[in-house]
Amino acid sequence: MLAAARLRMLSPAETEALLLSLRVALESVALNLPLAVLIAWLLVRARFAGRSLLDAFVHLPLVLPPVVVGYLLLIVAGVHGPLGGWLLRHFGVRLAFTTNGAALATAVMSLPLMVRAIRLSLESIPVGLEDAARTLGAGAVDRFATITLPLMAPGILAGAVTAFAAGLGEFGAVITFASNIPGETRTLPLALYTALESPGGDAEAARLATLSIALGLAGLGLAEFAARRLRARLGR
Amino acid sequence: MLEVDLTLRLGAFEFAACFNAPSPGVTALFGRSGAGKTTLANAIAGLVQPQAGRIRLDGEVLYDRATGIDLAAERRRIGYVFQNARLFPHLSVAGNLDYGARRAVAGRAYARRDEVVELLGLESLLARGVARLSGGERQRVALGRALLAQPRLLLLDEPLAAVDVQRRAEVLPFLETLRDRFSIPMLYVSHQYDEVLRLANYIVLLDAGRVLASGTPSELAPNEQLRALIGVEAAGAVLDVAVEGSDSVTGLVTVGMGASRLHFALPGATPGARVRLYIPARDVILATHAPHGLSVRNAIRGTITALIDEGPDAVLASVQVDGACLQAWVTRAAVTDLGLRPGLGVWALVKAASLRGRAFGGRSHAQPGLPES
Repeated sequence: MLAAARLRMLSPAETEALLLSLRVALESVALNLPLAVLIAWLLVRARFAGRSLLDAFVHLPLVLPPVVVGYLLLIVAGVHGPLGGWLLRHFGVRLAFTTNGAALATAVMSLPLMVRAIRLSLESIPVGLEDAARTLGAGAVDRFATITLPLMAPGILAGAVTAFAAGLGEFGAVITFASNIPGETRTLPLALYTALESPGGDAEAARLATLSIALGLAGLGLAEFAARRLRARLGR
Repeated sequence: MLEVDLTLRLGAFEFAACFNAPSPGVTALFGRSGAGKTTLANAIAGLVQPQAGRIRLDGEVLYDRATGIDLAAERRRIGYVFQNARLFPHLSVAGNLDYGARRAVAGRAYARRDEVVELLGLESLLARGVARLSGGERQRVALGRALLAQPRLLLLDEPLAAVDVQRRAEVLPFLETLRDRFSIPMLYVSHQYDEVLRLANYIVLLDAGRVLASGTPSELAPNEQLRALIGVEAAGAVLDVAVEGSDSVTGLVTVGMGASRLHFALPGATPGARVRLYIPARDVILATHAPHGLSVRNAIRGTITALIDEGPDAVLASVQVDGACLQAWVTRAAVTDLGLRPGLGVWALVKAASLRGRAFGGRSHAQPGLPES
C-alpha cells in the first residue's frame, strides 16, 4: 500500500526507470551469485596454474573505465560477437540493447565487489572445521553445503547487497552495451543523464537524484540490518 | 588391532613410523612437541596423505600404497577430537552433536545420544551456542560429537592442551568413563606423562617422526628414552596390580607383587579391583640390611640390576624384585657408602603414605597413579 502510494508520487517514466533499475540490479546479482561463490572458492581453496590470472581478470572491471567493459561486451556478446551470435542463432536470445544485456553489463561490473566480499568470509573459515566435518563422515558436497556455505553466508550477503546497490547505479557499461532505450535499458542513472541532456530537465534530474539517494540509503540500512541479524545467529 | 606402518614427508620433516596398537584399549602416542604425533594422527584419520606404507584397523585396510587403497577420511569412521575442539560455530551444541550422528552408518550404532549426553554432562548445554562455552565444555562437546558418529577408532589429539589446568579435572574423568563404558579403541596423543599414565594401557614413544619404543606403561617405565623425555624426577615404576585386601580401620589396601605384598592408602578400593600403581624413584629408599624399627610399611627384597648416572649427584638404581622392576633415586654418596653395585641384594622401602593420592581406585580397568609433572 505504502509502496503503491509512493509510486503514485512518481511520473510513469520515473516509475519505469526505478523498476527497471531494481530489475537490472536484481538480475545481475542473481547472475553473479553462483559465479562469485565459485570464483571465490577457486581463489581461496584451489591450487591451479591460472590462479593469479583469474584473480586479475575478475578484478579488471574495478580498474577499467566502464565504457571499456561495455565495448568489450559489445565485441563478445553483441549480435555479431562469438557469444552473442551463438546465443542468437541457437536460442534466439539477444543481449545487446536489451534489459538482460543491461543486467549482464551490470553483473560484469559488480562481480569483483561480490568476489571480494565472499572471498574475505571464506578466508576467515578455518580449514580445520572442514576437516572436522570429514572425520564425522561428511563428503565434499555435504561439507560445502553444511559447513562452508553457512559460514560464508555473511560474506555472501554483504557481497550481494553491495553488488545490488552498486548495480542500481551502473552507468557506463550499461549505456555502452545496452544503450539508452526507454522501458528497456533506461535505468535511473540513464534517466537522470537523459534529463540533464534535455532542455528544462533540471527539476526532473533533481527528483531522480533524490530518488537515487533514498534508494542507496535504504540499501545500506538493509545491508547493515541483515548483517547484524546474521552475525547474531552465528553467535559472533 | 590398529596396524600402522607409514612413510611421510611434510616439507623437511621425514616421518617413518611403525607400530601396532591393541584394540580395544587406549594407546598413547607420547612424545615432545614437534615429534610428529599430530601428523601421525592426521595420517591415520586420512587428513594427510602418506607417501608409502599401510594402515589396517581390525583387519580392514584403510590405506595401502602397494595396492592403491586409500579410503577417504569421511569413510574411515575414525572419530577425531582435535586440540582446539573445532566445534561448528554456526550450530548449537545439539547441532554439533547431531552432525556426526546423522552421518553415522546405520546399524553400527553403539553410543546412544541420551547416554552420551548424560555421561559427558551436556544436558544443560544442548541449546547453547558454542561461542561461549568454556574450554572444558568445548572438549566435552567435541568428544560427544565424535562418539555419536559411532567411530570404530577415536583419535584424541591433546584434547586437554587448550584446557586450563584447573579445568582438566573437568575432562579427564570423562575420558576415563568413555574408555570404561564403550570398548572403543582410542589413540591418545599427549606429551603429558600423567595423562598417559591415567588413561593408556599401551604407549608408543615418538621422537622426530620415529617410533623409539612401545609397550605397556609398566614395560616402558624403565626405558631410558622415556626417562629422557619425562625427566628423572618423573621416573618411576608402574605396576598394574589387583587389590587383594583392604583394611577399613587403617585405610590401607594390600596388593600383590610376586610373592611380596605392598600396602598403601587407597580410599574406596575394594578387593579384586585393578589398580595402576606409580612408584616414583625419588620415593624409594634402598637398604642393604633388613630394616627394623622403621615406620615404612613396605620393604621388598630385591637385587640391583643397574646403576645409571643421572646428573652430578643422582644415580638411578634399578631393583629387580619378585614380579616387577622398581627404580630408586639415590645419591652418589649413598652408592659409595653402602657399596651399591649391580648384583647386590637390597631392600627397597616404599612409604605407604607416599603413594597416597597417586594410586587411583579402579573398577574393571587398570587405573593409574599420577606423577607430579
